[in-house]
Amino acid sequence: MNEENVTVVDARGSFCPGPLMELIAHLKDINVGDTLELLSSDKGSAADVPEWVDKVGHEMVSNEERDGIWHIRVRKTK
Amino acid sequence: MSDQLSIMCVSGLHERIQMAAMTAATAAVSGTRVTVFLSMNALPYFIKGHTIKPPQEGEMGKLMASKNVPPFKQLFEQAKELGGATLHACSMAMDVLGVGEAELDGALDGPLGLTRFLSDAADGQILVF
Repeated sequence: MNEENVTVVDARGSFCPGPLMELIAHLKDINVGDTLELLSSDKGSAADVPEWVDKVGHEMVSNEERDGIWHIRVRKTK
Repeated sequence: MSDQLSIMCVSGLHERIQMAAMTAATAAVSGTRVTVFLSMNALPYFIKGHTIKPPQEGEMGKLMASKNVPPFKQLFEQAKELGGATLHACSMAMDVLGVGEAELDGALDGPLGLTRFLSDAADGQILVF
């Protein structure tokens, strides 16, 4: 993966659907093919964001929890 | 999920307005056409200059107030900006309150009558909060 094209969005501390809204707002600003890494402390969003990504047709790259923070990577496909 | 979701928000309680806003935002950004109809005790919170916060219904409201939960107005605005939702004030409730279109919160798309709301909602789902 080209790390230069990863934009980090820090939504730690926000509750559902705040992290998802942050993700969507920032997806509009990146180029197709680029990746966005969402940081979220909300467990519900860790399950909900991949559902949204699957529904609208972007690509889930990874979804990992580290020390209570979910790092959710999404690639913009369209 | 249906392609059309019509949300009728009539409660003046914080948890219910919050849930309506969460549903509107999440559905709208997921490709569903969302129409929100604000009436009864919910409408005063969408009148310019109204600064009083809605009362909490129960324990969840108290807990939400102490955590970083997105404000319902922000969620309704995101439903509109990110998902193309439309937000309307019930024309009857406006008449009862004695307010005109110019006094509505800037995020609202104007008044809507119940007949038109129900007509638009006929082929989709209606949720009432």
